[in-house]
Amino acid sequence: MQGNRVIGEAAIRAGCRFYAGYPITPQNELTEYMADNMRRTKDGTFIQAESEIAAINMVLGAAAAGARAMTSSSSPGISLKQEGISSLAADELPAVIVNIMRGGPGLGNILPSQGDYFQATRGGGHGDYRTIVLAPASVQELADLTMDAFDLADRYRNPVLILADGMMGQMSEPVEFSEPAPRQYPECYVLNGRGKGKSKFIRGLILDAIRMEEHNWKLYRKYQVITQKEVRFETFWTDDAEILIVAYGTAARIAKGAIKRSREMGIPVGLIRPITLWPFPMEVIRSFAERVDNFLVFEMNTGQMVEDVQLALGGIGKVQFYGRPGGVIPTPAELAKVIAHHARKK
Amino acid sequence: MIRKTIFAGFGGQGVLMMGYIYAHAVMNEGYHVTYLPSYGVEVRGGTANCTVAVSDEEIASPIASEPDYLVVMNKPSLYTYQNRLAPQGSIFLNSSIIDTKPTRKDVNIHDVPVGDMAGKLGNPRVQNIVMMGSFIKKTGLITPESFMKGLKQILGEKKKSAMEINRKAFAAGYELEI
Repeated sequence: MQGNRVIGEAAIRAGCRFYAGYPITPQNELTEYMADNMRRTKDGTFIQAESEIAAINMVLGAAAAGARAMTSSSSPGISLKQEGISSLAADELPAVIVNIMRGGPGLGNILPSQGDYFQATRGGGHGDYRTIVLAPASVQELADLTMDAFDLADRYRNPVLILADGMMGQMSEPVEFSEPAPRQYPECYVLNGRGKGKSKFIRGLILDAIRMEEHNWKLYRKYQVITQKEVRFETFWTDDAEILIVAYGTAARIAKGAIKRSREMGIPVGLIRPITLWPFPMEVIRSFAERVDNFLVFEMNTGQMVEDVQLALGGIGKVQFYGRPGGVIPTPAELAKVIAHHARKK
Repeated sequence: MIRKTIFAGFGGQGVLMMGYIYAHAVMNEGYHVTYLPSYGVEVRGGTANCTVAVSDEEIASPIASEPDYLVVMNKPSLYTYQNRLAPQGSIFLNSSIIDTKPTRKDVNIHDVPVGDMAGKLGNPRVQNIVMMGSFIKKTGLITPESFMKGLKQILGEKKKSAMEINRKAFAAGYELEI
């Protein structure tokens, strides 16, 4: 099944009952899938919005009304959605946003790229906030992480971003859908009428400085909890590794292929694959630095996650970078050459 | 073991369908498989292509920089992809409309007159399945039965006559001596 469609199917199975989107390549099949399949549910709504900005604000409205809500786009469209994502974070509303990245900046092209790492992991819009960022590396993981994204969004009442690229979206692979857990969320915020209780408000406009500061610290404390509890990563062939590659998503897949080739040539190389890009597996990378002093960060951009790896290591060990931006997808053979070169230099 | 195939031709020749059915069939056989279509700036009547990677272990990249097999349904596709083919790889070409020979001398070339054969069956739309008959026979990775099972899954609820003509088309390609 195709990656884009898998996200749609996983979302519906996870109880997503509101989707608004606006077409953009390479994620169109997701919007199409939601148009076709939301009607399977008796209570679901699909809207093709008039713009990306409209779509994210519809999602905000649906989230405020208590729905599991999702929107999706690709890089330029995600830029347009940032105001709404900032508002979701300010209002503490759960929502899932899918970014099937393409080459940038600007309109760029429609090919797979990882150029939106900074935007994704630093909040993306204005203000002091973070979004949880999940980076799948296979179609199976697209299914699993899409389901998890809704649970995480509910648990922390925070927007969750799925950061994949055109290759993940367009590629088909075998997939099995797991049974989603029943939805658990505090209904206290949902704007469904006050009944006999007090009036409810959701607002991001807090003019009083002290109250705004309090709100910022409250969000900060939430982000601290997420940082402690929700870090996810995978390690591959790290036990005896003397060189460690750090890569995520499509780049991590390619890295695995390159590592197999390098191992055949006797080069002891392994992989750390962050699955959550925020929170970033800082501690994990730091703990490896006790044994390994040679890191190679590989991204399909000119060097973004490499800054987080440097932060994690705090000056210990050597951090090198290899990247191909603009929609170029390097081959495992190409990366294996880079690893061999790197191993010789050492 | 990893085998990568690029299927290429005009939009409308069933090029993506060939790859997608093949991918389904090998999935049923328990292999790891990826299917990657070309997307985006294609136009009607323009070129279409897809890549299928099959392996008995995890597949790192679904892209074929050096495919083992090349299935070309029109001349532009032959020109575009022949130089990428791995040495000792195989080209399956639609000899009904491709009137030139590949320039590569270090590969196996299989001429399959799919247009003529589908014409004889009375349905030019099954050219792609004729081609798959020859492809499955020569590559030998999966059985004709598992290909037909994949085909049935993809065609799904479409009417029985579609299955029948496709079965004939596959058999014609499979039985062809190339």
